[in-house]
Amino acid sequence: MPERPPVSDRPVKIVLIDESPVRAAILEEGLRAAGHDAIMLISDHVNLLERIYAIDPDVILIDLENPSRDVLEQMFQVSRAVRRPVGMFVDQTDAVSIDRAIDAGVSAYVVDGLKKERIKPILDTTISRFNAFSRLRTELEQAKGQLEERKIIDRAKGILMRSKGIDEEQAYALLRKVAMNEKKKISEIAQSVVTAAELLG
Amino acid sequence: MSADRLKIGFIPLVDAAAPIVAATCGFAADEGLEIELVREVSWANIRDRLTFGHFDAAHLLAPLAISTSLGLGGIRASLAAPVALGLNGNAITLTPHLHEELLANLAPRANPRDPAATGAAFAAVVRARRRRGDERPTLGMTFPFSTHNYQLRLWLAAAGLDPEDDVRLAVVPPPYMVDALRSGHVEGFCVGAPWNSVAVDLGIGRILHLGVDLVRRCPEKVLAVRSAWLDEDAERTARLVRACVRAGEWLDEPGNHAEAARLLAAPHMLDVPEPLIRRALDGRLPTGPAGAEREEPDYLIFARGGAMRPDLRHAGWLYGEMTRWSQAPEGQAGDAEAVYRPDLYDAAMGAAAPDVSDPLGLFTG
Repeated sequence: MPERPPVSDRPVKIVLIDESPVRAAILEEGLRAAGHDAIMLISDHVNLLERIYAIDPDVILIDLENPSRDVLEQMFQVSRAVRRPVGMFVDQTDAVSIDRAIDAGVSAYVVDGLKKERIKPILDTTISRFNAFSRLRTELEQAKGQLEERKIIDRAKGILMRSKGIDEEQAYALLRKVAMNEKKKISEIAQSVVTAAELLG
Repeated sequence: MSADRLKIGFIPLVDAAAPIVAATCGFAADEGLEIELVREVSWANIRDRLTFGHFDAAHLLAPLAISTSLGLGGIRASLAAPVALGLNGNAITLTPHLHEELLANLAPRANPRDPAATGAAFAAVVRARRRRGDERPTLGMTFPFSTHNYQLRLWLAAAGLDPEDDVRLAVVPPPYMVDALRSGHVEGFCVGAPWNSVAVDLGIGRILHLGVDLVRRCPEKVLAVRSAWLDEDAERTARLVRACVRAGEWLDEPGNHAEAARLLAAPHMLDVPEPLIRRALDGRLPTGPAGAEREEPDYLIFARGGAMRPDLRHAGWLYGEMTRWSQAPEGQAGDAEAVYRPDLYDAAMGAAAPDVSDPLGLFTG
């Protein structure tokens, strides 16, 4: 392996292994904003170890939903091909960081010789970006759900307007009244109306 | 009395059956335990979550429990195995092409189930490739500290091959194993049930050996806990051991195999077709096309013959493999064996240890 300057004098080389391209992009953007330019993304599991050896990174970040984590464990065995990495969890006294990382769903492998002060901000950015992605995903799912509810309510209103000869406002008021009486959501009542119409129609 | 709640992590493999059955068929409830099962995607995740207290107990590779206690991976934590989760269950599968190449090199009238014969034939294939300047074959296994790794090395070394130089041994997570075989990234692998059968059914793999051809009674997974967890409540450990052993005894009954297969096949459990699981439980495995089949009652043993009692000689053998293959330094056999806790098993079961004169039944070449 060619001689390289010690890691304290040059940018930290980061490999990011994530099968979610959106999350990877969010994290990459965060790390770049924090001044890290040497970021390489690996989004599949083919020849993973060889590709990592070729890049020879200082830090490897991998999402915990990724079965390839076990492939990385091989790095502890093969010291011939790569500088010996150590797991993030080697600092077992830092239980708070460990819990935060596991909760966020990410794990980091760090090579020997990289100072704790340099790892900590990378890890903090990673954890906060992973958490941001989770929130984004939750919000997206909620938004999708709300859109579906709106569509169902519109269909139910249409059915009521046709069958009862009422206008849109009256149809909505009817749905709301039934929902209040039955202590259910308007969308649930709307779904019943649509289902009934399909059965009877 | 309210039940003690335990969280147990598992990898979707047939040998996770004992804790799964204990949790879902009433054996845990009989012991006043309520078990929440958590499916995981990697052994590294299981190890970390067990170590950091997210799990009370975990389905874990026996050698990984030992290596974690010795601090051989990225992490050191004192783990204990009060109960083993059975014996055996692995197989070596090759691509149809490599399988045919190997059989073509088999000595006349040699028994294809004899690892010495298949090893010699494989060595001939490896040498022929080297003469041609072709790449050495890559074989997949599931984890550096795994019996899959050691069984492959046992077979290769007995044939005079150097597992480091004559082949390439690569970790491939079980769910990617079949894909790696199809795409040619590996030409064979050693893995547990049901993955060998998945490859055979897709027509992309042929089973060369069952694990028992190499090791008659091979330690495989244990139920691992943190050593400190044991101290919190000794009676809780005993109840957990009994629940798993009762589940193992239930699993050994052929009459229960249909129900067990149905249970394990569920989407939140192993999520593979029921018949593939049934084969492993019955010990009747198609090995290739055209009705080729092996019937081997010991293919996967749960509790039979004291198989769930942690045997110190198993821990000793696993540690010996770690030193043999430069994974562990010499001189820690005592610490390695201390991970296995037959004393806790005996205390829980209140029975004398079974007399197993040859605990491993190793193929010696």
